[in-house]
Amino acid sequence: MTPRTPRDKPDILSALASPVGKKALTGVTGLAWAGFVILHMAGNLSYFGAGEAYNEYAHKLLSLGPLLYAAEILLVVCLLIHAVLGVNIYLGKRRARKRGYDVYRSAGRPGMQSPSSRSMILTGVVLLVFLVIHIKSFKFGPGIAEGYSLLAEGEQIRDLKRLVTEKFQHPLYAFGYTGVMILLGFHLRHGAWSALQSLGAMNRRLAPLVYGIAAALAVGVAVGFVALPLYIYFSAL
Amino acid sequence: MAQTMTIHFKIWRQSGPDAKGKLVDYTLDNLNEDMSFLEALDVLNEALIHKGEEDPVEFDNDCREGICGSCGLVVGGIAHGPMKATAVCQLHMRHYKDGDTIVVEPFRAEAFPIIKDLVVDRSAFDRIIAAGGYVSVDTGGAPDANSLPVPKNDVDEAFDFATCIGCGACVASCPNASASLFTGAKIAHLAHLPQGQAERKQRVVRMVDQMQAEGFGDCSNHGECEAVCPKQISIAAIAKMRREYLRAVFG
Repeated sequence: MTPRTPRDKPDILSALASPVGKKALTGVTGLAWAGFVILHMAGNLSYFGAGEAYNEYAHKLLSLGPLLYAAEILLVVCLLIHAVLGVNIYLGKRRARKRGYDVYRSAGRPGMQSPSSRSMILTGVVLLVFLVIHIKSFKFGPGIAEGYSLLAEGEQIRDLKRLVTEKFQHPLYAFGYTGVMILLGFHLRHGAWSALQSLGAMNRRLAPLVYGIAAALAVGVAVGFVALPLYIYFSAL
Repeated sequence: MAQTMTIHFKIWRQSGPDAKGKLVDYTLDNLNEDMSFLEALDVLNEALIHKGEEDPVEFDNDCREGICGSCGLVVGGIAHGPMKATAVCQLHMRHYKDGDTIVVEPFRAEAFPIIKDLVVDRSAFDRIIAAGGYVSVDTGGAPDANSLPVPKNDVDEAFDFATCIGCGACVASCPNASASLFTGAKIAHLAHLPQGQAERKQRVVRMVDQMQAEGFGDCSNHGECEAVCPKQISIAAIAKMRREYLRAVFG
């Protein structure tokens, strides 16, 4: 082998653009969003809490100020990286096999190929579109200025609970949200364990445990999210 | 007496690298169920030669006992056919029923261009190996085994990864046409052994670079490669490759 050349230790950018770097970045940014999604789900479930737990939780988040902005910026950056790499990997796969098989079948276990692994690009795009609509409806939806307010401990705070309750009485919102959250479950089913594999954090001993945790997480998150819209929709009938 | 059977084949025929190919129907009667799949193709080729109307079907093969890595066909949509842990040369006709239709296609990937019919050019793998999949030690004969102790766990891991025969089924079966399992197995094999340590970091970087340069797709962790691998190499090899790469870059 020829002596070490500078190329042997790639600079950070070309390392991140390498087949390993792309996957590691996809994994890290995906895990950041998985963490957010779990927190968001817990926040949603506070709707079922006593009194104004939901609105107080939302208010507490808002009053974090700069910390909240920092987290939001981080999430947006992660999302952009995740989405760009996801599309890049999808396009790369199409370039790598221009003519597909006339007949193709999965050989099954121990492979992990599944509807969830094959639909990552599709569920990802749906989630991205949903996210834009979702943020517009709620985060940038009507607030104190539009009369969605209430008095809590002598302070005028946003009545997010009212907004959420109104929105989810509409079947399009209730069932649209439910459908997308099921797709989120599919995305997590493959994404959660795949992120660890991409970061090199898997081995043969860990694999069955991590697959199990990913499946439980996927189902748990999907169920946790669909509880709220379905509860609101059906209790208003 | 072995049963005889009639099998309908749909085989990819392509006269050259740039020719347009298509699936062509062939029916063989009186196949012996104890024949291997490749022997059935031999029977077909003999018939084609006797008839003299068209060229025999080209397919790669050599040892026909699952150790050389020469053969490789996508049979019924699965690389090396439906049986686990075997190369296509170890597939036998007894796994099919009289009257079955079997579709036979070449390994498909831009990095594995078709030469003719079912034969593809897998020299991209050779170039990945040439980029660093070896140990550069110019010494004499093999040292005494006991002079180089290697822990049992490392030996087992290294051996599992070293069983790769470089057939390319991982690429063929991968929805992304990624060569991560092949490259990962080679890197992981040497990373577990003392002989591999000196060039450990440059090896992983060069081999991953070469893998990318050959035009293979990126891995999406479908794990289909492990399911079709005739040597059942685990995707733990891919995780290991990633650890090695991140270590080489950031370590």
